[in-house]
Amino acid sequence: MSAAQDPVAVPARRISVRPARGRFTTALKLLLTSPPTLFATLVVAGVVVLALFDELIAPTGYNEVDVQQRLLPPGQGHWFGTDDLGRDVLSRVVLGAAVSLQVGAVAVGFSLLVGVTAGLLAGYYGRWLDTVLMRLMDVLFAFPAILLAIAVIAILGPGTTNAMIAIGITYTPVFARVTRAAVLGVKESVFVRASRSVGVSDARMLLRHVLPNAAPPIIVQTSVSLAFAVLAEAALSFVGLGTQPPAPSWGRMLSEGRSYLEDAWWMAVFPGLAIVLLVLAFNLLGDGLRDVLDPQQRSALEAARAKPRRRRRAGVGA
Amino acid sequence: MSTAAGQAGTPAERGARDDVLVRARGLQVHFPVSSKGLRRRRTGAVRAVDGVDLDIRRGETLGLVGESGCGKSTLGNALLRLVEPTAGRVEFDGTDVTALSAKALRALRRRAVMVFQDPYASLDPRTTVGQTVAEPLQVHSLHRGTEARAARVAELLELVGLDPSVASRYPHEFSGGQRQRVGIARALAGEPDFVVCDEAIASLDVSVQAQVLNLLRDLQQRLGLTYLFVSHDLAAVRHVSDRIAVMYLGRVVEVGDAADVSARPQHPYAQALLSAVPLPDPAAERRRERIVLSGDVPSATRVPSGCRFRTRCPRAFSPCPDVDPALQEVEPAHTAACHLHGVVGVPVAAGEHTGA
Amino acid sequence: MSEPVLVVEDLRVQLDTPRGNARIVNGLSYSVAPGETVAVVGESGSGKSVSVMALLGLLPKRARVTGSARFRGRDLLTMRERELRAVRGDGVGMVFQDPMTSLNPVLTIGRQLTEGLLAHRKVSGKREARERAAQLLADVGLPDPRGALDRFPHELSGGMRQRVVIATALAGDPALLIADEATTALDVTVQAQILDLVARLQDEHRTGVVWITHDLGVVAGVADRVLVMYGGRCVEDGTVDDVFERPAHPYTQGLLGSLPQLHDGGAGGSRELVAIGGTPPPPTDLPPGCVFWPRCPVRGDERCATEQPPLTPVGPRDGAGAGSSAVPHRAATFYDAARGAGEVGS
Repeated sequence: MSAAQDPVAVPARRISVRPARGRFTTALKLLLTSPPTLFATLVVAGVVVLALFDELIAPTGYNEVDVQQRLLPPGQGHWFGTDDLGRDVLSRVVLGAAVSLQVGAVAVGFSLLVGVTAGLLAGYYGRWLDTVLMRLMDVLFAFPAILLAIAVIAILGPGTTNAMIAIGITYTPVFARVTRAAVLGVKESVFVRASRSVGVSDARMLLRHVLPNAAPPIIVQTSVSLAFAVLAEAALSFVGLGTQPPAPSWGRMLSEGRSYLEDAWWMAVFPGLAIVLLVLAFNLLGDGLRDVLDPQQRSALEAARAKPRRRRRAGVGA
Repeated sequence: MSTAAGQAGTPAERGARDDVLVRARGLQVHFPVSSKGLRRRRTGAVRAVDGVDLDIRRGETLGLVGESGCGKSTLGNALLRLVEPTAGRVEFDGTDVTALSAKALRALRRRAVMVFQDPYASLDPRTTVGQTVAEPLQVHSLHRGTEARAARVAELLELVGLDPSVASRYPHEFSGGQRQRVGIARALAGEPDFVVCDEAIASLDVSVQAQVLNLLRDLQQRLGLTYLFVSHDLAAVRHVSDRIAVMYLGRVVEVGDAADVSARPQHPYAQALLSAVPLPDPAAERRRERIVLSGDVPSATRVPSGCRFRTRCPRAFSPCPDVDPALQEVEPAHTAACHLHGVVGVPVAAGEHTGA
Repeated sequence: MSEPVLVVEDLRVQLDTPRGNARIVNGLSYSVAPGETVAVVGESGSGKSVSVMALLGLLPKRARVTGSARFRGRDLLTMRERELRAVRGDGVGMVFQDPMTSLNPVLTIGRQLTEGLLAHRKVSGKREARERAAQLLADVGLPDPRGALDRFPHELSGGMRQRVVIATALAGDPALLIADEATTALDVTVQAQILDLVARLQDEHRTGVVWITHDLGVVAGVADRVLVMYGGRCVEDGTVDDVFERPAHPYTQGLLGSLPQLHDGGAGGSRELVAIGGTPPPPTDLPPGCVFWPRCPVRGDERCATEQPPLTPVGPRDGAGAGSSAVPHRAATFYDAARGAGEVGS
């Protein structure tokens, strides 16, 4: 019975009910010490810096047409080459970063907010609320994503902002479903019943217990959706409904470059590479975040890092 | 509601020494069973708790035993209204719990709490144990202020034998026994009167069970708690309880002092149950005569007519299929619901379980 | 006594984990004679379940298993997967805690039983297999065995399913039955039925039984011999009477003392249980000396902290000598319960 013999006991001192080290400090440290997530963090940070200081970084403006210099291959003066109108591809990639990032953040932010709220309420309260909310989501889900986005833009009119809203709406049902499924599992768990048994209100239950425990699949979905949003913006721009020319976006540039693929591969490849890199980074970051936000995984990771040569999981108990 | 739960005497006598903290009358929890397919029609009900009268006295430990599916956990939950009763009433310290508004019910949750079975599942893995223990304080606005609250959490952790510095740790860093202590600290945070221990030691190792049983009793003595100790472990129940109630298929079939029930069980089911408990003593095991019951417990959707135990009862006789026996006094403060005892053929009055 | 069906010698299981090398089983030796029941008792983490999983090749590949386990003279630990599978279906029957781990939820009971019978050529054809399967279910006391053949596992209750698993385990007339917490999930009345059933079948077929459990009541009822495990080590063994009536290791004493008694004199709740403080050591961090030392209330000898006490015979007591039985009573402790202190053996 003596606490001194218990493995987690340490000498008494002023206590805090909060996590020992700041949860986010530990999480951040773990994120930055793992090569894949470090890479992902650097890429995302790099794109954010590009987006913030694009006009300072870009060698030229986004629409400096110089027909004399058209379709130059990568080399001196134009590292990424020039496009069919003689514009510097590097500058346009840099200047397009803001659009792509904005589309990802705003569109996914929208679907996250609406979808998670709907899923949380539908899953937790069930009954008629579940039926109404989820049938609504089913209706949205029934349309192909791009078709739905096109329909939304047909109503709102083309443009980057409307593209963001359209993409956000198309991803909402996915978030609602993922959240609802996770909530259905969590709300049956004993700790939710235990919290209810001491009188915890619904609002507190949802925010403090249900949402954090339902978070892992939502985080993964967020990273996947961020990636898809960048691609969706590209697709919308491709059919002329997203970013309007001459403004650059990676998706637009990719679609414009496509017709010159045989003569000027650099027109499509560089924006394409930028998309691939960002999408990859979002995915790696999502996986990493999911792990370090789980206290148990966090401890396991810390233990594994402490013994770098022993990284296998414990699998056998007696 | 004559001889409800062990307590004999005229209503006047009982009124005079009304030391009952929790009183259940005709308590019923039925879960609807729906048919499969597109049109979900209600086709029947699982009669998990099916007309239970029970008194729990202030300061006592009432042990509630029975096998899986007998409804003992559901009864424990229904007393706290963690499961909604479908009929009957529960009084807690004189107030009708079944009639409380949502707000009043939340206030009740400070005074009547539960310790859960599985210490691995009953703590939120993303909440530190300190936050878990502090939750009732926040919910009921007790010990306001960061300092006062932390002090109270430290006090509670010490009370259950944990070092207060563990407050900032997460549940996965603890052993099962330690987690159960956290669960107990959370339950006690709001200074409750009544604690339902729902299989609170079932998931723990033998040597740790003893630690937790000792802790529970120590806390009872220090804080004057009233326990409902729900368990399938008869030896543990015998050890901690002042009185024992035996449940079978949704109904309490026997209630009495712990010593009386374990030494002289009166209901044939209680006799079989007690005889089946393996004893940690090889000599006694060789001497022991088990009453091996035939068959399985009937489904709670198809409760037999008359006495619900008659289909497996080695001593069933003529009135059993027709008359549902009421709890009757067999000896002072010891009641059983069996036609072999008391006045043969006294049925459960039809009106009794519609909420008296 | 006839040739033992199983002889385990110096069984060790180690596993690499993120927290280091886990020594889960540390030098376990015992044998099982035909018709005999050996109970392996211990708490979770004592290594009792891993020790039998190692015998049957059910551990993950990365677990390092050393020692020997001779079943009818052949070492199970060096067998190839194919031979082992043959042994698992034929010579050795297994019953685990959760019957659903051994039953396929999408096949009928009859199909699962007859498949085993046909695979191990116990019967000549499907019809005979079905007959035999029905007979097996009748043997384990299942009501309406013929009807049960066409039902699926989920249609049966937990006790029924466990009977089906026992019937499956017994289908090959095994020489050895391994029951790992086989009745833990069952109600006491059903447990009583199953214990009776196994005892009866054991008498009929002279099956050797290894009964793994944490329930000392079950041990007292079924076992001939007992092996008490703690921290992956056997800390005490002997006949069930010796171990329960004259426990010599402080852990065994603590375990027995911590049990609430059903037929306890006096009013309920009057007696304080003698709990063992603390928790078992993690297998990655076993103490250098006696595994029980950190929790031991006795600590009879300073060697306890630094030296591993070997299993030594428990000293003779007044009247009853340790040699009176064919089975020695041994304990891994420097402390002698009979004398209250001092040394054992040496």
